[in-house]
Amino acid sequence: MTPELLAAIEAAKRETRPVVLATMLPGGEQFLLPDPARPAALNEAAATALREDKSRTIKTGDGDVFLQVHNTPLRLIVVGAVHIAQALVPFAEQIGFAVTVVDPRRSFASDERFPNVTISSEWPDEALDALKPDARTAVVTLTHDPKLDDPALDRALKSNAFYIGSLGSRRTHAARLGRLRELGHDDASLARIKGPVGLDIEAVTAPEIALSIVAELVAVRRGASLSYMHKQAA
Amino acid sequence: MSLLEAEDVLSVAANWRAAGEQVALATVTEAWGSSPRPAGSQMAVTKSGKMAGSVSGGCIEGAVAEAAMKTIDTGSPQLLDFGVTNERAWEVGLACGGKVKVFVEKLT
Repeated sequence: MTPELLAAIEAAKRETRPVVLATMLPGGEQFLLPDPARPAALNEAAATALREDKSRTIKTGDGDVFLQVHNTPLRLIVVGAVHIAQALVPFAEQIGFAVTVVDPRRSFASDERFPNVTISSEWPDEALDALKPDARTAVVTLTHDPKLDDPALDRALKSNAFYIGSLGSRRTHAARLGRLRELGHDDASLARIKGPVGLDIEAVTAPEIALSIVAELVAVRRGASLSYMHKQAA
Repeated sequence: MSLLEAEDVLSVAANWRAAGEQVALATVTEAWGSSPRPAGSQMAVTKSGKMAGSVSGGCIEGAVAEAAMKTIDTGSPQLLDFGVTNERAWEVGLACGGKVKVFVEKLT
């Protein structure tokens, strides 16, 4: 790989612009996609690889071409700088999420409690408007406080976020769905919310609950069937 | 974010190159059967013996590192084939019974 190509990939990463590195096999000629100067079929294959987030080798008239996906980072927006968030952030970072913690309450969202973590001190609706969750973003609300959770969930439901989770007991969650329904969200939309959040692994402590959330994030992202899990009827 | 960056093998390789190391990059281009690492998985190797990432569950990393040394010396890329139909696989041993192709290139 040439220094120029490496620099171009790094630049795309900095600009959060998804690119595909194409390598002709076995010769090793390399170029980036999308590129209008390349055949349309190749650009389409690159777009598919990016959408599916899967690198692969494809057959073309010019031989095999390996498409290496360099996607924009997965993001996790955590609303509520609470104890579970402190446990959740490092787990999520470890599996590759760029994490932002949203909490307007300064005493919660302190640098001391969240060293080296991106923090937004705006109200959750404003924070989510600024962060613009997309199909590679997960949103988890942890505050238990309708004043903070509801506006975040409202914005998350209006986005393409691939995962929306909300901490709270079944009763809390039912009440929450009632309030969101009043904001105009229909049942199909509300069904996107994972609540109670996380896989049912009988988690008790904050790190255990964080683990159950991260496990559910992975399961949703990878399309796991979870048929062996006895997730209690939600 | 150090752990996250450690997963980004290309960045690690780029940093090594920038520090003046001779670096080869190995990438899984195809994987069949029960091979544990999907296409796109990467491993970086330096002439000085540093290693980051993986292209299997650990069964072919040694052989890939050996091939990487050759690519660092010659500058020529290689497309390696590991699987039960390949004689070399008996030597190297893909215990999982999977098959992988690995592209090895030098960072120039």
